[in-house]
Amino acid sequence: MSEHIIDFLGVYKEYDGVEVLSNINLYIRQNEFLTLLGPSGCGKTTLLRIIAGFEEPTRGDVHLFGESIKGLPPYKRRVNTVFQKYALFPHLNVFDNIAFGLKIKKMDKTAIKKKVDDMLRLVGLSGYGDRDIAKLSGGQQQRVAIARALVNEPEVLLLDEPLGALDLKFRQEMQLELKRMQKSLGITFVYVTHDQEEALTMSDAIAVMNDGVIQQLGPPEQIYNEPRNSFVADFIGESNIIRGIMKRDYFVHFADNDFVCLDRGFNENEPVQVVVRPEDINITKNITDDMITGTVSSTLFMGVHYEIRVQGDNGFEWLVHSTDFYDVGDRVGFTLEPDDIHVMEVSQYDKMRTDDAAAGASQ
Amino acid sequence: MKNRQISGVINSRKVFALPYVAWIAIFTVAPLILILLYAFTDTGSGGVMILTAENLARAFSPLYMTVFWRSVLMALIATAVCLLLGYPVAYMLSRMKQSRAAILSILFILPMWMNFLLRTYAWRALLDNAGIINQGLMALGIEPVQFLYTEGAIIFGLVYNFLPFMILPIYSVFQKMDTSCIQAAQDLGANKWQTFWRVTLPLSKGGIVSGVTMVFMPAMTTFVITRLLGGSHFMMYGDLIEMEFLLMSEWNFGSALAVVMLILTILFMWLMRKYDKEGEGGALL
Amino acid sequence: MKLFFKRFYLAVILLFMYLPIGALIVFSFNESKSMAKWTGFSFHWYEQLFSDPSIAEAVWVTISIAVIASLAATFIGTLAAIGMDNFRKKSKNVMVNLTYIPMVNAEIVTGISLLLLFIFFNIPRGYWTMLLAHITFDIPFVIFSVLPKLRQMDPGTYEAALDMGAKPAYAVRKVILPQIVPGIVTGFLLAFTMSFDDFMISFFTSQGATQNLSTYIYSMARVGINPMINALSAIMFVVVITLLLVINLRSVKKTKKTPQAESFR
Repeated sequence: MSEHIIDFLGVYKEYDGVEVLSNINLYIRQNEFLTLLGPSGCGKTTLLRIIAGFEEPTRGDVHLFGESIKGLPPYKRRVNTVFQKYALFPHLNVFDNIAFGLKIKKMDKTAIKKKVDDMLRLVGLSGYGDRDIAKLSGGQQQRVAIARALVNEPEVLLLDEPLGALDLKFRQEMQLELKRMQKSLGITFVYVTHDQEEALTMSDAIAVMNDGVIQQLGPPEQIYNEPRNSFVADFIGESNIIRGIMKRDYFVHFADNDFVCLDRGFNENEPVQVVVRPEDINITKNITDDMITGTVSSTLFMGVHYEIRVQGDNGFEWLVHSTDFYDVGDRVGFTLEPDDIHVMEVSQYDKMRTDDAAAGASQ
Repeated sequence: MKNRQISGVINSRKVFALPYVAWIAIFTVAPLILILLYAFTDTGSGGVMILTAENLARAFSPLYMTVFWRSVLMALIATAVCLLLGYPVAYMLSRMKQSRAAILSILFILPMWMNFLLRTYAWRALLDNAGIINQGLMALGIEPVQFLYTEGAIIFGLVYNFLPFMILPIYSVFQKMDTSCIQAAQDLGANKWQTFWRVTLPLSKGGIVSGVTMVFMPAMTTFVITRLLGGSHFMMYGDLIEMEFLLMSEWNFGSALAVVMLILTILFMWLMRKYDKEGEGGALL
Repeated sequence: MKLFFKRFYLAVILLFMYLPIGALIVFSFNESKSMAKWTGFSFHWYEQLFSDPSIAEAVWVTISIAVIASLAATFIGTLAAIGMDNFRKKSKNVMVNLTYIPMVNAEIVTGISLLLLFIFFNIPRGYWTMLLAHITFDIPFVIFSVLPKLRQMDPGTYEAALDMGAKPAYAVRKVILPQIVPGIVTGFLLAFTMSFDDFMISFFTSQGATQNLSTYIYSMARVGINPMINALSAIMFVVVITLLLVINLRSVKKTKKTPQAESFR
């Protein structure tokens, strides 16, 4: 129990009768890098703000170190936030921004100076102390925001899409740096983002959220390789999602074929969703009888690989990643190994999607 | 070739400003030059203009400087009272529900649509020795108070007239203020008071500077309010200028007094700029 | 308790603001001339108000000058803002600072500087000098309302219009103007209000030859204000409140409608 730093216990949040968080039960381990991942409006930022104390749950409770923090104002919580647009104080210079929290604690001046200087060194901004905030680049402001939060030695650091405003190259650099800081300081990070690559790169655990519900929680590899439902599969990387029927344990039928798979525990003949990652499909021009076959309908060069669409003979269009070039019109075939196939139960979300599709089609 | 044509066309938008450039030259720049011209000259015998520093020397003589410093003091007091009364109003308005704040801010603007002379005149009737307020005091068994024709009455009138000019710019800064900065302060451990003193107040500096600017200079130079509420006992700098100009037709000396006002304005603006480095004076409108 | 204190404070300030206005309105119905003693209800002052030619004249001067000056200022100021927006940085700064002068200068200094101009060129003071002065102090309000809108605008739209063959004047009319209309309207309303309310500058630039309401009231105030002015202010107050209510009700309706329309989509 002691290694749980934060526990969400049946947390609901409503705004004007609209539910944005629904029965959230989640624990965050000490020294963990946990990412809340999801599209905008999924409730991830609200969850973060509940930890920070800027929002109160409508129902349910939140524990920090096993103690309820309900009604505790933000300034009494030992957590700090790196805000989305940094929220640096424009009337203070870099040094005073970082020293803000320490001055509130009435720390003595020499100690403040030392801590702020250490922090500036940590984020690579030594000598920037008396710069004006407005004169810093986006990346530098970002570092000041991180330093300002970290200098208070919080138990938990909350980061709300902190890299959203940076350009791609710099963002990747900062991802590595944040991960390094988290490891060396041993602080729990709760990180909010809508960028799945970012989440996969940095996290120890990812909570994928949609519609105010945690869809799946687990380490990045698990989230990627064994998505629990088609939302997760779709949101984390591109994939082929196909309806199928679980004939029996380790045996699934989809795309007009029967396949051996690694999944079990479903009812006999239960309708399921099957996920096949595009990079797990190896196509070849040497077609043999046991292959799924089709015709290449488009080829896009993506840098590392080609993104190829194959119009299958059985009517399904497959998305394939390949390092080899195939031309439009090429006849290709492929086989699927058991560990290429991920079987998921049909979730409520999938039903919703089917209904929507049906409604759309009938119009 | 083509490029040059296009840039020529774009540049031609500048001509739209030409009428205004002419207007500014005639109605803003030329009159200011005239003030300087009149201040530094005198009409000698036979209507000849002669260059002289006498007018300015007289404007800076102790007699007139007494009026000057008294006006500065009164205007400063009025500005401070406006700030003390208006800042909490602006803060409360900004913390309200949007719909209620909108209605209340209209209520604070509405009086400005009524002629200020009439409103000030109404105060004169209310504060009169036999006016309603004194009638009320007497009904409560309190001796009637001499409100009118005192320095207090003038400051009261200044505060009454200029209070909305203090509230509005501060309110507009509060409205635009980034709430995430305030949350950041709380996040870093600052309680309500600390957040106010360390973040909210410094961030509203732009509004305060605008408000002070919009109250101080008009307060310094009014002559209507002093005349209506102060009678002829107290003279502010505005009264002095008006008297020299219209009563005595002393255009040269009057201009010298106006130059003193100009110097004060420039000093004041410089001071305010210094305090508002970020140039948030945009709230001036 | 805290909430009560806040409400009480706001109420006191509002009472302070509205007490004299209330007194004006109440005593406009008083039978006698007094603003201290209630002697009986009467429409006497309203009757007098509508039969007094000098007040009608002052009202006419006030309204006509406010309308003409704010229209002229809107025209000159909008064009000026569009032009200035294309100035190079240095000359633009000079223009902006010059434009600030009438706003930061003490009104009395602006007033006498214009008076000196008219004296110097021997222009008789009256309606026209007052009008010119009003246009002068109105223009900055228009410029500073329009300039920010121009800055928000995507400069590419104008160039796109030229690219498609529009002449500059046409592009300004059809592309730039529609985008800055809100700023122009704000500027016009500000200019109108400033003009309508002005005393100081009107006082110096007309020198009593023409009187608008403010200068008329001022000249009256020295000998004692005739309560028919109270009646006039009561009428004006009602007009302003009605206007504000109409404008606000309309904008409330609009904001209520939009989200509904979107939720239906």
